[in-house]
Amino acid sequence: MFLAAEEGEKVELVGGFLAEWAWLIPVVPLVAAAAIVFFGKRLPYKGWELAVGALGFVAVYGTALLIGHAMTPMGFEDHVTLVDAGTVPGLGDLVLEWGWTVDGLSIMMYFLVGVVGFFVFTYAKGYMEGDVRFTWFFAAFTLFAGTMLVLVSAPNMIQLIVGWEGVGLSSYLLIGHYWEDMENVWAGNKAFITNKIADIGLFLGVIVFAIGAGSFRFLDVFEAVESGAISSGFAVAGALLIFLGAMGKSGQFPLHVWLPDAMAGPTPVSSLMHAATMVTAGVYLIARMFPVFDAPAVAGDIRWLLITIGVITLFATGLIALVQDDIKKVLAYSTLSQLGYMTAAVGAGAYTAGLFHLFTHAFFKALLFLAAGSVIHAVHSNNMSDMGGLRSAMPHTFRTFVIGSLALAGILPFAGFWSKDEILATLNHDGYTAALVVATAGAFVTAFYMGRAVFLTFFGEYRGQGQPHESPPIMTVPLYGLAAGAVFFGFLNVPGLYTGFTDWVTARVFVPQEYHPESIDFVVGGIGLLVALAGIAAAYVLFFRDAESQAARDRFSIPVLYPILENKYFIDDFYMKGIINPTRLQIAAAVNWSNDRIIDFAVNAAGVATRVAARFVYDILDQLGIDFGINAAGAVTGEAGGALRLTQTGKVQQYAAVVVAGAVLLAAGFIIFA
Amino acid sequence: MIVSQFLVLSAALFALGVYGLLVRRNAVLVLLSIELMLSAVTINLVAFGAFHDDPLFTGSVFALFVITVAAAEVGIGIAIVLMIFRARRSANVDELDLMKW
Repeated sequence: MFLAAEEGEKVELVGGFLAEWAWLIPVVPLVAAAAIVFFGKRLPYKGWELAVGALGFVAVYGTALLIGHAMTPMGFEDHVTLVDAGTVPGLGDLVLEWGWTVDGLSIMMYFLVGVVGFFVFTYAKGYMEGDVRFTWFFAAFTLFAGTMLVLVSAPNMIQLIVGWEGVGLSSYLLIGHYWEDMENVWAGNKAFITNKIADIGLFLGVIVFAIGAGSFRFLDVFEAVESGAISSGFAVAGALLIFLGAMGKSGQFPLHVWLPDAMAGPTPVSSLMHAATMVTAGVYLIARMFPVFDAPAVAGDIRWLLITIGVITLFATGLIALVQDDIKKVLAYSTLSQLGYMTAAVGAGAYTAGLFHLFTHAFFKALLFLAAGSVIHAVHSNNMSDMGGLRSAMPHTFRTFVIGSLALAGILPFAGFWSKDEILATLNHDGYTAALVVATAGAFVTAFYMGRAVFLTFFGEYRGQGQPHESPPIMTVPLYGLAAGAVFFGFLNVPGLYTGFTDWVTARVFVPQEYHPESIDFVVGGIGLLVALAGIAAAYVLFFRDAESQAARDRFSIPVLYPILENKYFIDDFYMKGIINPTRLQIAAAVNWSNDRIIDFAVNAAGVATRVAARFVYDILDQLGIDFGINAAGAVTGEAGGALRLTQTGKVQQYAAVVVAGAVLLAAGFIIFA
Repeated sequence: MIVSQFLVLSAALFALGVYGLLVRRNAVLVLLSIELMLSAVTINLVAFGAFHDDPLFTGSVFALFVITVAAAEVGIGIAIVLMIFRARRSANVDELDLMKW
């Protein structure tokens, strides 16, 4: 049914048993997270088994859905009404719903989060072994995955925001996991606040569309945009605001500053955050709202902006990755760069290409982070200047890291080549030549910094402390699992041969209008491959051959450019000195004043009033009323007893005399009255 | 008429007993006084029993009961007095103020 549908048409897709029960996908990890909080510490593996079990469930369910979807395309939505507020002035009927979406896009994400998450959670057991807050870590980590699944499964914008903020919250908890160190707390704050600034855009965008469409449901919004019920200016404004939210989550320039700092969290967190959850949320949102972004009334006005932002991000952050010493930061800037590719692709209307890159990137970037974590685990340092020569000491980590690097660099048989090539081919076909040139140059930069990372970490001589050892199997086996994805998942979408991935993600109620390459674009692909190989060669020349001068080989210091890159284009400094510091002091003063004068006054007044009331109750009611009564009763009893006890003389004859006197009195009374 | 004579005797005996009970200081004599009062009661019972011409001899039967109880009571009483005397070398009732508060 779906195969017969033309692009741009609406099709009726069917669900099925699996789709009807898909609400379990976000619910199971959330329940598991709560269970870990309450019972985790008492379990034999301290809650890890619940976490990995929940993710295993999602992985299996996601795989089952994907297989079912590949056979019969699914498009299913169901809703449960939570609140029906009736008619609200200015907004129409306000209904809050909880629902779940099962279509090509969300199935792809379920599969991704489940499978990548399962590997990462398995690995995390080895990595976090011995951590003080092991159980809490897995509770927050499961919440992280669960809220991402809430976001993905959302058929309406309110649920999307719930998942969106849940991801933000749990990422904050996880980035600041090692909160004993103040820097990590600041990194968490930075991530949270940067995202919040972007979220203002998301909220306003949602409000715009909800008012325009009179409903929070995506399908109603798409319907309204298509039919023109939302005027084009309105839709453009809404799309821009939504894009601002996506920019924050997906770390697009200039809101990318939080992502490298988020490396402060444990490595499994970075891995999941950069692969399946969190940063993919922004791209996912644009893809989910693709019918809006791609509507003729909207696309013309904002396409250039999305492409520009994406292209700037992919190139500028890629350059920063060149000068980083921290291996995780190299990977973090590389993620930013790849997110730039995705945003540029989706912005340019290449829906499938962008999502395909998201999909393959998730596998090899999760792999790279886990492998980097394995290295960090072994050498106890994040800095590549403390590594080197680990190839023989850590053969498994080395092999998988190289596979991930080749995939990321876009070398032919690996997954990254196919997805990057699809983006380049689509940019080429749609005529975005400037973007194509920058993206190709970005491929050079990507290959260059990955080559640098590999050579500095695994070749040359060991420069760190102690003797590094390979990580335990619980950490290396997931590496091979993800490496398999990095090797093979590129073949899911080879133009002209097999385009299963395209069929999956385009199977939605609103089939996206886009261009699919009919066959491999040999010119663009060839140039991309050559450029990537050139990048690796350049890295080889600069960082491998020069093995003699270990210290000098990380200094290809180009005047002017190097300081700029090392200071990250001074963007962080600008935010800090130009925006945060001036406003922070004003805000702090204002908050301090209101705290002193308003809140403290109210609190103090309440305190004084309570004290006066209490004094009255104590002095008057308690002391004079109740206590007096009780004391008086006691005193009377005591005095009476004191007086009466004098009659107890102990002299038997006195008692007898009293008895006789009583008898006489009774007798007298009897005689007199009877 | 016969009854009233017995009653006078009995009342006199009872009064003597009460007097002895209240005045005597020696515990043995106090017990004796109690016996006097019991005897007065017994005389009363027998006298009324005879006067009523009761075929079941209830008055005499009760008199027997009283005598039995009196014997038991004196037995216990003398035993207590003996124990007290042994412990305190005195049978003076005034000195027995253990029941004082």
